[in-house]
Amino acid sequence: MLETLAFYINRAVQQGIPLLFGSTGETLTEKSGNLNLGIPGIMYAGGICGVIGAFFYERGAAVMNPFPAVFIPLVCSLAGSLLMGLLYCFLTVSLRANQNVTGLAITTFGVGVGNFFGGYLIKTSGSSVASLALNATSAFFRKTLPFASKLGAFGTVFLSYSFLAYLAVIVSLIAGILLRRSRVGLHLRAVGENPATADAAGINVNRYKYGATCIGSMIAGLGGLYYVMDYASGIWSNDAFGDRGWLAIALVIFTIWRPDTGVLASILYGGLYILSINNILPTGGVGAVKELYKMLPYVMTIVVLVLTSIRNKKENQPPAALGLSYFREER
Amino acid sequence: MEEKTAAVMLRDISKSFGPVKANDRVWLDIYRGEILALLGENGSGKTTLMNMLSGIYFPDEGQIFVDGREVVIRSPKDAFDLGIGMIHQHFKLVDVFSAAENVVLGLQGKLDMKTVGKRIREICDAYGFEVDPEQKVYDMSVSQKQQVEIVKVLYRGADILILDEPTAVLTPQETDKLFAVLRNMRDAGKTIVIITHKMHEVEELSDRVAVLRHGQFMGDMLTKDTNAQDMTSMMVGHSISLNIQRPEPENPQPRIVVEGLTVRSIDGILKLEDVSFTARSGEILGIAGISGCGQKELLEAIAGLQPVEKGSIRYLHDDGREEELIGKDPLTIADLGVSLSFVPEDRLGMGLVGSMDLTDNMALRSYRRGKGPFLDRGFPKRRAEWVVNELSVSTPGVTTPVRRLSGGNVQKVLVGREIASAPKVLLTAYAVRGLDIGASYTIYDMINLQKEKGVAVIYVGEDLDVLLELSDRILVLCSGKVSGLVDGRTTNKREVGMMMTRLGGGKSE
Repeated sequence: MLETLAFYINRAVQQGIPLLFGSTGETLTEKSGNLNLGIPGIMYAGGICGVIGAFFYERGAAVMNPFPAVFIPLVCSLAGSLLMGLLYCFLTVSLRANQNVTGLAITTFGVGVGNFFGGYLIKTSGSSVASLALNATSAFFRKTLPFASKLGAFGTVFLSYSFLAYLAVIVSLIAGILLRRSRVGLHLRAVGENPATADAAGINVNRYKYGATCIGSMIAGLGGLYYVMDYASGIWSNDAFGDRGWLAIALVIFTIWRPDTGVLASILYGGLYILSINNILPTGGVGAVKELYKMLPYVMTIVVLVLTSIRNKKENQPPAALGLSYFREER
Repeated sequence: MEEKTAAVMLRDISKSFGPVKANDRVWLDIYRGEILALLGENGSGKTTLMNMLSGIYFPDEGQIFVDGREVVIRSPKDAFDLGIGMIHQHFKLVDVFSAAENVVLGLQGKLDMKTVGKRIREICDAYGFEVDPEQKVYDMSVSQKQQVEIVKVLYRGADILILDEPTAVLTPQETDKLFAVLRNMRDAGKTIVIITHKMHEVEELSDRVAVLRHGQFMGDMLTKDTNAQDMTSMMVGHSISLNIQRPEPENPQPRIVVEGLTVRSIDGILKLEDVSFTARSGEILGIAGISGCGQKELLEAIAGLQPVEKGSIRYLHDDGREEELIGKDPLTIADLGVSLSFVPEDRLGMGLVGSMDLTDNMALRSYRRGKGPFLDRGFPKRRAEWVVNELSVSTPGVTTPVRRLSGGNVQKVLVGREIASAPKVLLTAYAVRGLDIGASYTIYDMINLQKEKGVAVIYVGEDLDVLLELSDRILVLCSGKVSGLVDGRTTNKREVGMMMTRLGGGKSE
């Protein structure tokens, strides 16, 4: 029983990590007042860029070394999602385009780019199935602590993850502290709440918006990388990433814009998500019931949204200037 | 007067917004240790000019000298570095932050809220502010927010403070307190610029006054060497009478009878409690009270926009028939001739649509006219032109989006539209909020004209002086209850002020 529970939690965590990366990135972004609905596309792009890096390293290297095998996909993924974030910022901050439209366009664009290169790589590799296997690279990404498996349930729940999973937790905790306690966090929150005030206080609004959005995109992109390299064991197939990007955005609302809360919330979301996959809850043999289980995370998000609006505590509301572009001399 | 040095010199400053020249080759000297009143009508470019000094706008042309050295102010930070700080009319505060967090916003270095709180208390003690560093801004009154703004500027070590219409939102008592603090600061050697169009403030507070008109500098002089009439002529360009007329009401008949009105806000807070009064035709009923003590709810209840918990509001026709207004929808009430013009703090919030032009905004009131599915566009266009001419709204034309007009002009359009609809009952709140003297007097005249036509006017105002000069009777509200009903001709500012803050104006001394 304990073993089963430990295994279930383990799976929930692995399922939650991409969401945690995504929501931490999106929270940072939203705190700057940018509602980046391009996150699903950016995570997708982060995934495929990592895959591209890994693919060419696997092909090119005679003997694979652990360091470059991890480093190259990691840098490719970061660079890819950074470019996507820069594109979003250029459109919404510099050109002041509508954030919703731009975000949705970025998502469509990111998924398109991912599927295009994904399809190309699958073809190049001469794979007989519609997927690309990067087992060697994935093995390096999936390295866990050697003694984890000897520690029973404790090991399974806490120690059996790869470095990216721990990185996700650390990044979220740092982001939480940064937002709440540091001066940079104070300034960032001010930019998202009231850019005119921040501007008048001498804060460079555009720089903060660019910075938060680009860093947020890079963090979110790692979620895509984790998904392919670790969760999916290095198997890339087009559209397998699913609706995780949107779940990450839902998670931002669920955590009421607190990245550190996201650590536990993402595990909860992961747990709910796999209810529909692993036949844990009874379906009565009806496939459609599975689809109902899939709704659970979204239902919870709606409940939280309703609850926070009813309580109407000012601190629990979205950043006041979320979704609005800022121009100093506007009258 | 001893020789004072110019702390700031503005030379040939120009700034345009599109085709509108907000400032045209302005010269201005600001001296150390002095309170300068910058006087001008709305849209005369006072705020624009000061925004260039505080780094919000960048001048198209011209030079700025601080302490005799030419400087370039590209951002608010540059202004802070020169010791210039501005307190804007609409406070630049983050609502969900505490006072202390707002004060240190934008500064560099390690974030240590304890030290910050200590320094804030020191500043408060030095000049007489009452600011709690831990308090969240959304919990504060307007006057507290303003104090936070001033403390914020002082914390940065500013010694030139610019205040943009600081008294617009304060009660008389709060204004007195603010002026005392400003005098303390001047005596401590700070330089203070206050942007205003209220003559009595200029006379009461300032050492020197500079006048702007249509973006041009008209001249400056020592306050003690001039008088209200001269300053007004300088700022308007021609002399206008500073007396508000108050014709005797002719044959006043009860028009609106309010009895036992109780209104609760959505959060369950009691906004009005057992309010009863009668508004009569041909009479101006002034409503006085600290902002947020039920004026808005009262007007909205009469106009049918606010659900009522208890009580009755009856409309009396000329022939004596009575009609209950509670439960009727706003459209029916408006058809009876009850017209509401409420000028909210953000001006555009209720009543006008910013991105629509003047004609379309007029059509918001008249769109039901005309036959068939198509709008009658001729009528609202004529009405827009009438308002533009009658109130001299400065706009490129009636097809300009309202958002592009300056605040005062937006307001003229709103109030003008309501008056133009020839109502039986005119409810108006803050009709002259932020308006300059010329425009204010035009609006007072229009309201008086309505009164003479037999309209029952309910006038909610912030400026007690005006309220006392304009109203026939004054209903004083104090936290949602009627504190008293006084005759506008015999009462005085002191009495009304006391009633505003204490129920019945009870004398505690």
